This record gives sequence, structure tokens and C-alpha cells, in this order.
Amino acid sequence: MSASQLVPAAARLFLSGNEAVARAVWEAGVRVAAAYPGTPSTEILEVLANYPDLYTEWSVNEKVSLEVALGASMVGARAFCAMKHVGLNVASDALMTMTVTGVEGGLVIAVADDVGMSSSQNEQDSRFWGRFAHLPVFEPADSQEAYAMTLAAFELSERHDTPVILRLTTRICHVKGVVSTGERSEVEQGGFTKDARRWVMVPGHAKPRVPLMFEREAAIRAEAETSPFNVSVDGTDRRVGFVTSGPAYMHVREAFPDAPVFKLGLAYPAPLEAVRRFAASVEALLVVEETEPLLENELKAAGIACHGKDVLPRWGELAPEVLLPGLARLRGEPVAEPEHLEPQQVFPRPPTLCSACPHLGVYYTLSQLRNIVISGDIGCYTLGAGHPWNALDSCISMGASMGVALGMDKGRGEADKNKKVLAVIGDSTFMHMGMQGLLDITWNRGNVTILLLDNRTVGMTGGQENPGSGRDIHGDEAPRIDFAKLCEALGVKKERIRVVDPYQLPVLFKALREETKIEEPSVIITDRPCVLIDRYEPTLPYLVKEDACTGCGNCIDVGCPAIHVTRRDKEVKASGKEVDLAFVRIDTSACTGCGLCVQPCAPEAIVHVKPLRPVQPLKFLRT
Amino acid sequence: MAKVTNILVCGIGGQGVMTATEILAEAALSLGFDVKKTEVAGMSQRGGVVTSHLRFGEQVLSPQIRTGEADLLVGFEAAEALRWGHMLRPGGVALVNAGRIVPPIVNIGLFDYPEDPVAQMRALGIELYAFDATTLAQQRGNIRLGNTVMLGAMADRLPFPAEVLLEAVLARFRSRKPALVEVNREAFELGRAAVAGNATLP
Ligand SMILES: Cc1ncc(C[n+]2csc(CCOP(=O)(O)OP(=O)(O)O)c2C)c(N)n1
Ligand code: SF4
Repeated sequence: MSASQLVPAAARLFLSGNEAVARAVWEAGVRVAAAYPGTPSTEILEVLANYPDLYTEWSVNEKVSLEVALGASMVGARAFCAMKHVGLNVASDALMTMTVTGVEGGLVIAVADDVGMSSSQNEQDSRFWGRFAHLPVFEPADSQEAYAMTLAAFELSERHDTPVILRLTTRICHVKGVVSTGERSEVEQGGFTKDARRWVMVPGHAKPRVPLMFEREAAIRAEAETSPFNVSVDGTDRRVGFVTSGPAYMHVREAFPDAPVFKLGLAYPAPLEAVRRFAASVEALLVVEETEPLLENELKAAGIACHGKDVLPRWGELAPEVLLPGLARLRGEPVAEPEHLEPQQVFPRPPTLCSACPHLGVYYTLSQLRNIVISGDIGCYTLGAGHPWNALDSCISMGASMGVALGMDKGRGEADKNKKVLAVIGDSTFMHMGMQGLLDITWNRGNVTILLLDNRTVGMTGGQENPGSGRDIHGDEAPRIDFAKLCEALGVKKERIRVVDPYQLPVLFKALREETKIEEPSVIITDRPCVLIDRYEPTLPYLVKEDACTGCGNCIDVGCPAIHVTRRDKEVKASGKEVDLAFVRIDTSACTGCGLCVQPCAPEAIVHVKPLRPVQPLKFLRT
Repeated sequence: MAKVTNILVCGIGGQGVMTATEILAEAALSLGFDVKKTEVAGMSQRGGVVTSHLRFGEQVLSPQIRTGEADLLVGFEAAEALRWGHMLRPGGVALVNAGRIVPPIVNIGLFDYPEDPVAQMRALGIELYAFDATTLAQQRGNIRLGNTVMLGAMADRLPFPAEVLLEAVLARFRSRKPALVEVNREAFELGRAAVAGNATLP
């Protein structure tokens, strides 16, 4: 297929930051792009996979994706990789040495900070990596800049022999704006140059390169002083001038339209002299940066007086609503609240597992077990920590369920002697970082029962392929990993590995009871697909026979969002005990007939319905 | 600076909030406005709170609507409209699908669903138009038309002609599913009629 069939021609397009980055990566002539999914960065690779003339892949984790990009760069190709903020923690080992080797083909790393934590386990400031690894950092303020800075980053990367970090935030990735785009230009590519002193990082080779890294940093700092991405915007109200970068720039302009602003785009190494001149033109300087006071501290160290985190928070987005009171504090003025209605108290509405999600069967079963500790992990299944199951006791970082479970087992005292230690991990998380932990468990003879939830996709981030799905990023057939064999190879005894259907509650319950009794590592693999992927086949929905429902509420404990309470009541048992009753109905438009709720229903009140409409596949919600 | 129009669309994951806002954005773009659109939608799963901010005008800087500055609040679900009511500016208007989606957390019995979110909003002095988009869509044969009904309801509250929005809706179907153009036109008009000068539930 030709490019023109697939890709909109150069034009003014309405693009999210992620789409704009993807477009620029393609235009920059990149040949290899790799990523592991992670909100808010996921769509970059999803979009890139649809462009022609470049290789794209989902890697098994961020470290591998960065190494794939580096390898491509070594052989002279322009290369790109994308990840969410915590992904760079995983990839950082490669990063910290790549900065010493430098690059051959231009290499850009997009890292997306989830400022405000809409979908992450923590908040952290990836700009630190620029300082730590002595790498330049671009910080776009909207989609148009994300596009332009991506292009500039490749050029800078090659000219200075350096990987470049493109720092995005949720408010860039998922905001759509108007972008003027261009066309792809193919870049000349030389071959691989065998040069051990450059690519083989042993002490003798690395030592002479480290000073080069610092020279490079100084050269880029000099360039930043006059970079067209670092500009001052005039303003009439000189009482406070702002220094800012990223989406906070837009918020500053919105909140203080008359104030002078120094905007950083090539934000690290910071152009200290340019900022010093700007500072001299205003009465006071306020640094507005998301999230840590990195620039603020650098300015202070350079003797430039400024305010920052003394009046602004160190976490969350610096939207106008935060900036206005911040400035009021700086000026010692009262905070002027805009006129608005009081927010009303409404129940919380956390995300829920989907109707018929195979994880429902797992958590319902776990919620029925006593005397257990469940070491959890990251994915849709983390929701098992919530109501009604309360069946997940920890969640730290990808793959941590394994090591944490082993540590719980080895470290337990008298009080926990009789508890069973379980770990719950998703298929993608297992391959990302869980496998090594399992190896540690088997090698060190841990007593842990592992639930490996194979739903054949990366559910949490929108249903991407993984090595267990048997498809590649394009959906084309690819080698499929066999989890049972993999666990066996990692040292779990064959007879301690079971594959069970999570919709069969008694089977799952029995497997769990038996495996937790045996004092050695065991793995229970559940094998139903996520309901939002094409491998899931919805079946006839169920309904509740009103006259048969006794209001026992057992089905509600499954936690399926298709079950609704129609009426509550109280009943006094023969024993004199008062019990709550909840009569239910099933939303047939949401039910896909998994049959989980049927199983705990004693009076058999839940029966199949004749469909009013053809059974329709469900879809992921994408931002 | 010239006036920027702020529209906040809220609802629940899976309801089509983001698609509706996208279509609204396309309409504004077709008139040459600068447009920014931003979402907060926790995770990919269904069921969580979703808000989509749309801002358009000559030049748009921050993509976020500030509390008390939304000109229009479009609620795809009654309790969600109530949750975001304080985002409206004084004199702003709310268009609310009175249909309810009760989450597991309420079914389990941990929280209560507000008795009458629409009445509660009116009691706060909000000019509000409520209708049942789900039923209207079902009357046209497909609950998926609810989205178009909602867009129709917004059509006469925008700083541009309703026909521009209708065109943006139909353009999508013309290219993807031409067979659905007419039924969407009808659904759009149903939504439009549902709010025409009518501030009470039918
Ligand atoms: C280091 C790191 N990379 C990426 C993510 C984003 N992320 C969260 S969970 C998840 C994978 C979930 O997939 P899986 O384990 O298959 O579980 P499912 O959601 O399908 O139940 C990803 C990619 C993260 N939290 N941390
Ligand atoms: S997206 Fe898939 S894995 Fe996630 S809750 Fe829904 S069905 Fe379960």
C-alpha cells in the first residue's frame, strides 16, 4: 500500500499530542519504533503501527523497547521509543549507559508523565532523567509543539550524538488541537561501523567517553540559550514574570494574560543566561513547573532569585485554578474565588471490571477464601482490591507480585504462620517483569500459589497484543508463548501447573484449595479472553425471574456491573436474626452470558433470555 | 481576548461521551475556530467517570475549563450531571439525559444514588433541560442512537447554526455507514425537539 492511501497528506489536522508525535516520527524518516503500552503514551505506537515504511513493535517491556531502538540506531537507522513515566524506571539501566555511547541514527525517547495520576500508581517527574543521564529534554506545550519538537529532537540527536528525551504529560498526550503537518522525508542511512571503543562499554572504553558526555551537555546548553524553542513572551504587567514549560505554559497564559512569560521548550539543559536577562526585566520571578522544583533549584543555584514551590504545589497539574491562588499567596493578597456553585456530594464512581470479565470469577472465588494474603500486581485485575471482593492486598510495580509474595512467605512471623500466600498477576505483566520473580520463587523454594490471569491481551491499556496472544502489533499471526510450558521451564513442577476456566467457580475453588495446601510453588492459569477483544464470544444474556428471586444478594457479590438492585427489604429469620434482602434484575443490554452469577444463585432464579437484538461484540473505550 | 466557548460533556465510560465531543469539535473546526479538547477518563475499562472538555474560539490556550466557567454542561447520565454542576458559569445551561446508570458500589449498598439529581440541580438555580435520550433512542430502534440524540439536544445552544453540527454528525455516517444517515438525522431532530423550550421532563 502506498503512503498516500494510509496517511493523511500534509495538512491542518486535529490531533492529540500522541497522534502528533506519531506523525512527526513518521515524517522524520524513523525506521524502527518500539514501545510497551502504558497510559497516557499508548496511542503513539498504536498510531505509528498504521504508518507505512517503518518497523513497529510492541516490546515485552520498556527496557527491551529502548534496547531495540538503540540497536536500530547503532546500525544507523533513526529510532524511536515511547513509554509512560514508570516505564523509564524499568528502561533506565539501558538509558544510563546509552548516554555514554551516544547514537548513530537519531534516537528519541518519548516519556509521558501522568501528572495528576489519572491512571497510574504514582506521580514522578521524568525531567529528572535528563539531569541524571545528561540528556536534552524537550517539553512541548500542545499538539503542534509535540509535532515540531519531535522533528527537532531527531535533528538535535544526530547533530550532538545523543539520545533525546521528549517529555510529555497526560495533558499533552490526550489533548487534541490543530496541527499543521508535513510529509515524510527519507533519511540517508550508513551501515554499522564496528567500533568497540564506542559500542562495547567496559571501563576502559567508557572512561574516555564520559568527558565527551559532559562536553555535549555544555554544547547543548549553549545552544539552548538561543534556541527558537526558548522564547520570551512580552507582557504589560511586570510585577511578576513567569518561567514555565510544557502544558503549564498554556495555563499561565490563560490565567495571567498580561504577564511576561519565559517559555522553555528545549527545557534541559536550561538556558540560564536567557532566564537571567528575563528575570532582570520583571519585579519578581515565579517558576511554574510540573511537578518537582528542578528548574527552580537550578535557577537559585545560578543566583537567580525566584519563587516556585513556596507558593505552588509539588504534585498535580498546575491549572489556572491552582495558579491563581498561588500568585495571590505570593503577593500576600486574599485568594479571589471565582463565583460558582458548591460541588454536590455524589457517590464515587470508580472504574469497574466489565460485565463478564473473567477476572470476576477469580475475585469472587478469592473473596470466599479465608486466611490468605494476596500479593497483587498491575492491570485491570488490580480492581480486585476494591468492592465487593477486597481480595488483593498489595500492588506496587509491574511484576512485583512475585517477589513480594516470596518475601511475605520468607519473612512471615508467628502471626502469619498459617496463612497461605498467593500472588495474582496478568499475562502481560507476567511477561513484562513477572517471569524473573517466578524463577526466584522456584529457585528459592518459596511456598506461593500463583494465579496467572491469561486474558490474551493487555486489558488495562486498551487491548494490545502480547506474546501470549499469538499476534503482533498489526494483529498478524505471531509465535504464541505457552504459559504452562513457560512456567514449567521456570522451575514449577508440571503437576503443580493447572489451566482452569475462571467461569467455572467450583473448579477454580477446588484448584485453589488444593494448590494452597501443598507447600511448594504452584501456578493456576485462567484462560478466558478479555470481553473487549475479538476473541471473546458473547452468548445469550440472562435475566432474573422476579418471582423466583429470594433477595439473598449472593449474585451481587460477584461484582458484575450488569446486576442491579430493584428493591431492598428486611427479613426476620426463624432464629430471630434480621437479614437484609436485595432483589435484583440483570441489565440484559450489558449481560453477555458468562454465567458467573448463575452459580451462587440457590433458587435458580437466573435464566437465559431470548435475545431482543443480535449479540454484539463490545469495544474498548479509547481516549 | 475574544470569547472562548466552553462545553463540558460528562458521563460514564462506554457511553460515547468522547465520540460526541469529537463530533462537536469537528463542527467547530469546520467553521475555522481554534479548538482544544481534553478528556479525563481513568482507565480503559467501562464504568468510571468520564469528562470531556471542549473549548473553541479565536485562540484557545489552556484546554481545561475552569470551575464556574462552562457555558454548557451536557450530562449523559443524571448523577454525573449533578457531580459536575458546579462547573457551570452563572447563567450557564445544563442538558441532561435523565436516564440513570447505577454503579456496583451503589448496588452493593455502600452508597446511595441521589433521589432526584435533576430536581437537585434545578433547586440550585441551574437552567436545566432534562429528557430521556435512552428511551428516545430506543424508540428509533437502537440505543446507540442516544449519542446522536444528545448532540441534537445541544444543537440550538451553540454559537453556530444547528445545521453545522448536524452536518458533522452525518458526515461521519456518510463515510462509514451510509445506511445509518437517515435514522441519525431523525435521532438528531428528536434530541433537538426534546429540549425546545421545555425545561421539564416529558
Ligand atoms: C512499568 C510499567 N509499564 C506500563 C504500565 C502500564 N500498565 C499497567 S497494567 C499494564 C498491563 C496489564 O496487562 P495484563 O497484565 O495482561 O492485565 P489485564 O489488564 O489484561 O488484566 C500496563 C501495561 C505500568 N503500570 N508500569
Ligand atoms: S478490559 Fe478486559 S480485562 Fe479489563 S475489566 Fe474489561 S474484560 Fe476485564
